[in-house]
Amino acid sequence: MTCLPQSTGKKLGLVIDLDICVGCQACATSCKEWNTGGYSAPLSDHDPYGADPSGVWLNRVHSYEYERDGAAGTLHFPRSCLHCEEPDCVTVCPTGASYKRAEDGIVLVNPDTCIGCKLCSWACPYGAREYDHDHGVMKKCTLCVDRIYNETLEEEDRVPACVRACPTGARAFGDLGDPESDVSRSVEERNGFSLLEEFGMKPVNRYLPPRQRPAPPPEPAEPVTVADGSALETLFAWVDRTLSSRR
Amino acid sequence: MHPAYSVIFFTTSSGAGYGLLFWLSLAEILVPGLLDRWPALAALVLALMLISAGLLASTYHLGHPERALGALSQWRSSWLSREAVAAVATYLPASLLGIIWIAGLPEGMVPVLAGLSAAGAIATVFCTGMIYASLRTIRQWNRPDVPWIFLALAAATGGLLFAVFAAFAGAGLQASLVMFVSLSVGAAVKLRYWSAIDADTARYSVEDALGVPGLASVRTLDPPHDRPNFVMREMGYTVARKHVEKLRRVVLMSLFAVPLASVLIGALSGWFIAAFSLAILTATLGVVVERWLLFAEAEHVSQLYY
Repeated sequence: MTCLPQSTGKKLGLVIDLDICVGCQACATSCKEWNTGGYSAPLSDHDPYGADPSGVWLNRVHSYEYERDGAAGTLHFPRSCLHCEEPDCVTVCPTGASYKRAEDGIVLVNPDTCIGCKLCSWACPYGAREYDHDHGVMKKCTLCVDRIYNETLEEEDRVPACVRACPTGARAFGDLGDPESDVSRSVEERNGFSLLEEFGMKPVNRYLPPRQRPAPPPEPAEPVTVADGSALETLFAWVDRTLSSRR
Repeated sequence: MHPAYSVIFFTTSSGAGYGLLFWLSLAEILVPGLLDRWPALAALVLALMLISAGLLASTYHLGHPERALGALSQWRSSWLSREAVAAVATYLPASLLGIIWIAGLPEGMVPVLAGLSAAGAIATVFCTGMIYASLRTIRQWNRPDVPWIFLALAAATGGLLFAVFAAFAGAGLQASLVMFVSLSVGAAVKLRYWSAIDADTARYSVEDALGVPGLASVRTLDPPHDRPNFVMREMGYTVARKHVEKLRRVVLMSLFAVPLASVLIGALSGWFIAAFSLAILTATLGVVVERWLLFAEAEHVSQLYY
């Protein structure tokens, strides 16, 4: 059913700290590794070791450079499904394969009923859905639905693979519908934001902005030398002039 | 947006088919007896062939065409599903019309079935337009006039086909008049659309897409992948944008100007069938280029991240 649930019990999602993400791609590769063997598997690749590789990834890490308040910075920006509260990718689906779970808000694709029309990918502003040409169905982040409730895993592993893999702790998983949860608190403390809210899909995932850097130290000034007219200084001055002109 | 050829063929072929079905049905209601039983049947069969060829072609871009019937289920939320339902529903009255004409049954029900066929044709083409108009991610499509473009061009292209049948039945002059109006409406809608999307400056930037407050001069340092992925190939088509002005002129000439001139000359000279045939030939090229351009000119917001 592609009509959206009135409300979801939880709003499970990710909080990604752009201040400490180092762009190492560990989240992307571990996502690929887990999900190519999990729910709706595999994530097919074409020409993976050749000149024109292409394949399905559910998480992509962009790196940008920017200026802010006159200082330059680097921004590593992981991009995946935001598990929106009102996602158009679900409502445009003609078959009901795309759906939002009422119990926890996770947006999923049923690979057994998806007809591969790709309209959901057109409806997503975030480019979060990728079509699998080998299987003829759409693939997307599942928030590792096959990990987070999986009691055969150690409790510490019951988080999305990207969160488990992040070496800097830049990714956190939790219930963003609960204002007392750790993820909600970090969003509150750090002025977390969501992406392109103008499109009205109410993304659940949040990003924490890079902190303001301290102002860079001032450029070291040229050492000021006071002329005292000594022979040694005259010699160095001659050497400096000579070397400068020969350059 | 990457223009999928199966979708271009579907929307133009089915569009012309539904346009023909609409005018045929309207004629059966307003001018009963304009077409005899066999010409009416021929027009109906042509319309259903164009519609069916388009619908079949549209399943070619699906990953799982064999599951296509599932697309009838989500009409509560999905315009694509509504289009599928309307398309299937339109076959019912149209097929019954065909059965009446083939079997030579009493024609008492013809106006009712024709009315249902015309309504089904309008509903289906409107739903097609709404699939595009409902996408908030593409500013060139997310506009209230987009379904009217689909309707106006379906009426114009299907109308030219019906005009040939009308001309054989001796109503060439009336058909010319109707086609002159229909083509003019199509041209007006399309010209207004182009000037509106050109004037629309509400574009988003990469800074908007990233959302971090206070960033300026953002540029890509390291892309997530060296080669294009599905999102870039499907949503990032730029080939035609370089040639937009030329291609728009091709559309204006072949879909509107030449057919209008042809219809006018046909009406003045009385060579209706030759005039309509020439108009059909150029309009076919024109509507295909128009539909291709509708895709190629569409910019998807996800491309901001690249």
